Amino acid sequence: MKHAIVAAGGAVHQASATDDGRVQLPDGRTFTETEVTWLSPVEPRTIFALGLNYADHASELSFQAPKEPLAFLKGPNTLIGHNASTKRPEEVELMHYECELGVVIGKEAKDVAKENAYEYVKGYTVANDYAIRDYLENYYRPNLRVKNRDTCTPIGPWLVDRDDIKDPMNLSIRTQINGKTVQEGSTKDMIFDVSDLIAYFSSFMTLNENDIILTGTPKGTTGVHPGDEVITEIESIGSLRNYIASDQTFQKA
Amino acid sequence: MMKSKAYFSDSKIPVQVNVDPDQNELIYQNDRYKKHDVTFNAPISGTVYGAALNFKDTLENYKHAFEQEPYKAPPEAPVMYIKPINTITAEKASIPLPNHESYLQTGPSLGVVFNETATQVTKEEAFNYIKGYTVINDLSIPHESVHRPAIKEKARDKFCPAGPWLIQADQINNPDDLDIYVYINGELKMSHSTSNLVRSIPQLIADITAFMTFYAGDTLIVGVPDNAPTAQAGDEVTVHVQEVGSLTNTITSES
Repeated sequence: MKHAIVAAGGAVHQASATDDGRVQLPDGRTFTETEVTWLSPVEPRTIFALGLNYADHASELSFQAPKEPLAFLKGPNTLIGHNASTKRPEEVELMHYECELGVVIGKEAKDVAKENAYEYVKGYTVANDYAIRDYLENYYRPNLRVKNRDTCTPIGPWLVDRDDIKDPMNLSIRTQINGKTVQEGSTKDMIFDVSDLIAYFSSFMTLNENDIILTGTPKGTTGVHPGDEVITEIESIGSLRNYIASDQTFQKA
Repeated sequence: MMKSKAYFSDSKIPVQVNVDPDQNELIYQNDRYKKHDVTFNAPISGTVYGAALNFKDTLENYKHAFEQEPYKAPPEAPVMYIKPINTITAEKASIPLPNHESYLQTGPSLGVVFNETATQVTKEEAFNYIKGYTVINDLSIPHESVHRPAIKEKARDKFCPAGPWLIQADQINNPDDLDIYVYINGELKMSHSTSNLVRSIPQLIADITAFMTFYAGDTLIVGVPDNAPTAQAGDEVTVHVQEVGSLTNTITSES
């Protein structure tokens, strides 16, 4: 089953998907995708993100594949839902998208063995973990000025139940800008896969229900510009649309 | 006595108390208590952010190293990290020393708690967004490198004790000039001051909210001095911030 959190009819609702792709509220009302305001499908406390977790992307950025996960944390200020706009500062030269599989934790997890890791997964979603490379410095890299900006992590539209995805480690990933495919990959190329990551994090800290792990992006990251429509999609999970707004249009929107 | 909010362990709601932060006493409903006779919950609940490398001595001590690989240049923007929810704990809580580790690095600091959404705040307006102040011990597994985010070193369960209470913002005359002390088993091991911050508290709030938003209830750890003392299993660690309070925890071995 697919779950979303949407604003419609003056209230925020838990929603689900009908067979023909409409958004259904618990009281039975249905809407088209554009008639609702999409929020993040999960309200996490801790958001983990991975850098350099695809060998092809690591080599693209001239890094050797890491021997242990390169992880950083994000705050809730970064999250926006499907069909929303992300602000691109005027002065930057390179802001790029990162299409990522988001893994949502289902229950408290500590010292989880790799073979049991999927018991702790609630489901999956799609995220676009934008980075602004102009702001990279070599301290706790990538730091919050690059990765923790307001609106810079679109997520959703759906949270898809774990058991609906037969093999999360073999899903195609694609990003399109203005209809043109600019990034293609597969979750099978992750260096540390979903069960590795749950075992890794839970080996030294407690994970909680609705924590999110953004599992990294494959190669093919290129720049985005004001006015762009950016669609990040993962097979069977969903297709997440986002718009890039300049400072000026963002303030007017 | 200073107006403060406390979160007693047997109540979900914060209560108004008057505290004497330097004598470890509080008055609640006209009765006077010693701090060690009360059980507290942490007085913070939102997202906890920390500013790294925000003490002048750190930049001075690493001046040469920060010109070399992998850093190449001294930091320009604030260097930030997040202490996630699993790290937050209270006055008196035991902090597990992970197996295979001998020491924890203490992280004496002042925590600033926000009272409303703070975004693109100017230095002049910054104090309007502060609800209050608390004491933080931002614990880490000792690590030299600050090149990559130190999740494994800083995000472990209970690695961020906070408390014992939240002093109301207007009770503190100048948060940029408060003495900070660390005691291990009652012995003074470090004296420092928030007057040694690289970015003052209002400057820090302005520079951070230029790119991200704090929400009501979020906390900003304003900086941890370089060479803070280490502690081992069995040690009692107290961080005292002048006018704010003293926060005491014990280190215990994980196994």
